Amino acid sequence: MRIFISFLSIMVSSSVFASSLQADSYKVKQVAEGIFYHQGSHEEADAENLGAIANVGFIIGEQCIAVIDSGGSFQEGKLLRKVIRQHSDLPICYVINTHVHPDHVLGNAAFNTDKPEFVGHEKLPAAMASRQQHFARQFSEILGDAYEGTEFIFIEAKTLVKVGSSLTLELGNRPLILTAFTTAHTDHDLTVYDEKTSTLWTGDLLFVERIPALDGSINGWIDALETLVECNAAMIVPGHGTAFTGEQSEGWQDLLRYLTTIREEIRVIINDMGTIEQAINSVGTQEAEKWKLFEEYHRRNITAAFVELEWE
Amino acid sequence: MMGRNTIFWAVMAVFMSHSLIANAATAEEDLWSGLKQTYFGDREIHENADDVLILEAPTRAEDAAIVPISVKSVQPQTTERYIKNIHIIIDKNPMPYSANFHLSPTLGDIDIATRVRVDQYTDMRAIAEMNDGSLHMVSKFVKASGGCSAPAGKDMEAAMARLGKMQIRMREASIGETTKAQVVVSHPNNSGLQFDQKTRGYIPPHYVKEIVIDFADENLITLEAGISISEDPSIRFNFTPQKHGVLKAIVNDSKQMTYSMDKQI
Repeated sequence: MRIFISFLSIMVSSSVFASSLQADSYKVKQVAEGIFYHQGSHEEADAENLGAIANVGFIIGEQCIAVIDSGGSFQEGKLLRKVIRQHSDLPICYVINTHVHPDHVLGNAAFNTDKPEFVGHEKLPAAMASRQQHFARQFSEILGDAYEGTEFIFIEAKTLVKVGSSLTLELGNRPLILTAFTTAHTDHDLTVYDEKTSTLWTGDLLFVERIPALDGSINGWIDALETLVECNAAMIVPGHGTAFTGEQSEGWQDLLRYLTTIREEIRVIINDMGTIEQAINSVGTQEAEKWKLFEEYHRRNITAAFVELEWE
Repeated sequence: MMGRNTIFWAVMAVFMSHSLIANAATAEEDLWSGLKQTYFGDREIHENADDVLILEAPTRAEDAAIVPISVKSVQPQTTERYIKNIHIIIDKNPMPYSANFHLSPTLGDIDIATRVRVDQYTDMRAIAEMNDGSLHMVSKFVKASGGCSAPAGKDMEAAMARLGKMQIRMREASIGETTKAQVVVSHPNNSGLQFDQKTRGYIPPHYVKEIVIDFADENLITLEAGISISEDPSIRFNFTPQKHGVLKAIVNDSKQMTYSMDKQI
């Protein structure tokens, strides 16, 4: 009886609070010829937003299509696939994972029927293996039904991108240059550059509007950003937030300012024998108004940066 | 459609979720009573012992891999009455028994901080074992971090490259004055619970088992540790040097490797 009632209560709650993100409201935006992205919402992943909190999208060549990040749930992956099919019937030959965070890769399995090659950083498989159990437990709870169908897909050696030697994918008169970075936002960040339109897809090496989440190295991330700015791309698609043109530099500057500010303030505290707790309470508080989800991630960034900077 | 039936079922849903919460609370108590039996047998534990010690931990684990915690004594250590051991238990970690700090009666006021892994909602406990054998417990509930924070290492290659590197950090010490010191060792503190896709096996555990901190050839603190301690294990503590001497930290890990560092005071 108890099981029956709780089953009914689940039915009731899913009909009353029906998911707000549906196929007809899942829209992509064109940023350059043949390049589309869906802008994730600046929220934490939940059952209602289907985990669609990161920027995901696709690039259409003359022969085939590359997906760049597959979404924050199996459901988002399906929505993305549906949108792709509204724009082109060409085969989906590549699914590129810019890194292993759930909002970027949980949609992978939605493309299995296309038999694409999955592509990622050489350290992505190890990063996935060490987080897989944790993500599976946490996100099956957070996402509920939207998680159903999720698989953790391990990339084969031939499509792993090595640090120091970029990989070019050919979509048919459309080469994409994939670059693997040393530890920055994570230890396995990958960028995608479309030569044809000079569009740079940064993955989470760039956060715009939304507070960054540091899961790698603050020193490495600052270095990586300085390199990426030098690319002078005409159009930039960040991992989170609105895409922007090369003339607008605020996107880069805001993140660089945040990271360098907290780095300097943490160094002062470490040199004065201060603690993580002291750093959490005082560092970077002037940044609070400038970022969405500041409360959710700032203290964590301070913690991660602190234990790194302790070894300088 | 939002008629009487919907309201009825909504009420039922609320009712059900209450009973689920009640069940969950019972499950947590069951978990602890099992752990208590495992680690302490039938010994009596005085609960809510905030007259003996204080446990500080964040209400939310911001980074699942690095959660700073500290324990402080309410009374200073004396040779007549002192805290002999502080046991740290994190109920829902893979290895709940997380640390045992053996403490010297010469430490004065206990103020020890370390960093632990917490990857899901859990009770965390500090149990002071006095020199008379009595047990006194304080506890805190810690919420798990959200999003992409996992208890995994951020850069295993960098961690291995500086394996065994140590630091003893402290300000200039004055004889007879209480000073803060921090011992930290670079170590991946691998749990052995991570699956390696390449070898199709589990990565063998490699973790710090023990950190011994001596001053002038007398033991101040010995930490018996395990995989609940964060990567790059750290102990921060207060002590009062009564004479010049050597502060020495020795780290032993599960692969029988030993690292040590000295600091003249």
